[in-house]
Amino acid sequence: MAKRSFLIPGVDKRLLIKDSIKTMPDVTRRRFIAGGASLGALTLLTGCDVIDSSSAEEMLKQVSKFNDAVQAFIFNPDALAPTFPESAITKPFPFNAYYDLDDAPDVDGKDWKLEVGGLVDNKKSWTLDELYKLPQVTQITRHICVEGWSAIGSWTGTPLRDFLKLIGADTRAKYVWFQCADKDGYNSPLDMRSALHPQTQMTFKYAGEILPRAYGFPMKIRVPTKLGFKNPKYVVSMEVTNDYKGGYWEDQGYNSFSGS
Amino acid sequence: MASLTVTDEQVGATKAKVIQPAWVRIMHWVNALAMILMILSGWQIYNASPLFGFTFPREYTLGGWLGGGLLWHFAAMWLLMINGLAYLVTGFATGRFRKKLFPITPSGVLHDVRAALTFKLGHDDLTVYNYVQRLLYAGIIVVGVLIVLTGLGMWKPVQLYYLVALFGDYPTARYIHFFCMAAICAFLVIHVLLALLVPKSLRAMIIGR
Ligand code: HEM
Repeated sequence: MAKRSFLIPGVDKRLLIKDSIKTMPDVTRRRFIAGGASLGALTLLTGCDVIDSSSAEEMLKQVSKFNDAVQAFIFNPDALAPTFPESAITKPFPFNAYYDLDDAPDVDGKDWKLEVGGLVDNKKSWTLDELYKLPQVTQITRHICVEGWSAIGSWTGTPLRDFLKLIGADTRAKYVWFQCADKDGYNSPLDMRSALHPQTQMTFKYAGEILPRAYGFPMKIRVPTKLGFKNPKYVVSMEVTNDYKGGYWEDQGYNSFSGS
Repeated sequence: MASLTVTDEQVGATKAKVIQPAWVRIMHWVNALAMILMILSGWQIYNASPLFGFTFPREYTLGGWLGGGLLWHFAAMWLLMINGLAYLVTGFATGRFRKKLFPITPSGVLHDVRAALTFKLGHDDLTVYNYVQRLLYAGIIVVGVLIVLTGLGMWKPVQLYYLVALFGDYPTARYIHFFCMAAICAFLVIHVLLALLVPKSLRAMIIGR
């Protein structure tokens, strides 16, 4: 497997970056919930100061946990995300991350191995060639970003539930926890019922081509029943676990379930 | 309910009439708070990926960043939905909507718009809404239902796919959600201005009479 250095074939990189920059979160703004100015506005409007920042944060965290429970409750494991014809695919499909395209992980497919751990029978690591031999399916679904934009793309790979069966995972466990090669170490937990959803996929191809670097080479987890940040790219390991291990965005305050 | 607190003396002397029952007043102000929280957090969310060529000033957004805005939005939505549902049920059950908001006739609306523009629209009896008020209030209730339905559709586009399908697709639901917010803001400006112009209507919404 040759090292892939292209980003997205046939797409002007400058255009793509210009497109994605406006949707990229401003790191300096990533302050938590109770920005002084914004609460000031609220205090002014309501004329009282009941919403002091620490108790507001605590309340919001509790409601977010409640929302996790509500979403788990209404999650229907058989409800499929709508699929689209090829003509509906968004071109170019946007690159989006908390870093520039140039800082995207440049993984060497020859050296890369998917590590498997936790509550599974077979902890052997998988090379890319071994993974490519597994049966693959294609889906054309809408990727919805937490920021509000969305785009339709075509992803091809192995249903995660087939792979979990293959490695003898304990599917009664609560989570599959993914770790990634992104700088600062991206990670994200996926609840088991979503992991077993028929459309949840270990993705190796985008639009019929080997996954480009921009979209997560060598492997992405495509979960059309979750917001984009719960679709990790550049995956290096998966662990089946009962522990909630947190995640890159989840720890900063994005709702953890973030289901669709 | 509020009439229970009226003393005999008052009743005898002025026949003080309850203009706004307690349930209307409570739900009105809970809704006002919930709406402000939803608008300010919604503007924060909008700024993360603007639909149009502008963003909202940071001072008028809630949450500090996108994640905080979303937490506020998905917390205040419960306040908005529970209060709104209770309001709709009570409004239909007590006949308030039927009595106060209907009928709305085009000729009635035209007449009252003309009267309002020539400053001849009276507010002597606050228990009766004029046709402009009826249209605005009924309209904003519909907008409120629409913004909740598009919001729920965007929140759960797979589980509640039929809501998204009702509006076309996800991006369309997002635009409708945004325009409903704009309509609510426009309503808010007019509504507050008019309430300040007729202070006794504001008093009625606070103390009931
Ligand atoms: C039950 C009620 C509501 C629900 C479930 C809801 C849900 C949502 C969702 C899911 C989004 C998109 C979030 C994202 O981009 O990740 C959103 C955005 C937004 N909401 Fe709401 N919402 C509700 C009510 C309201 C109300 C009452 C207002 C204002 C009056 C409002 C104003 C906004 C605005 C301005 C945006 C940003 C528009 C955009 O860029 O997409 N929402 N809401």
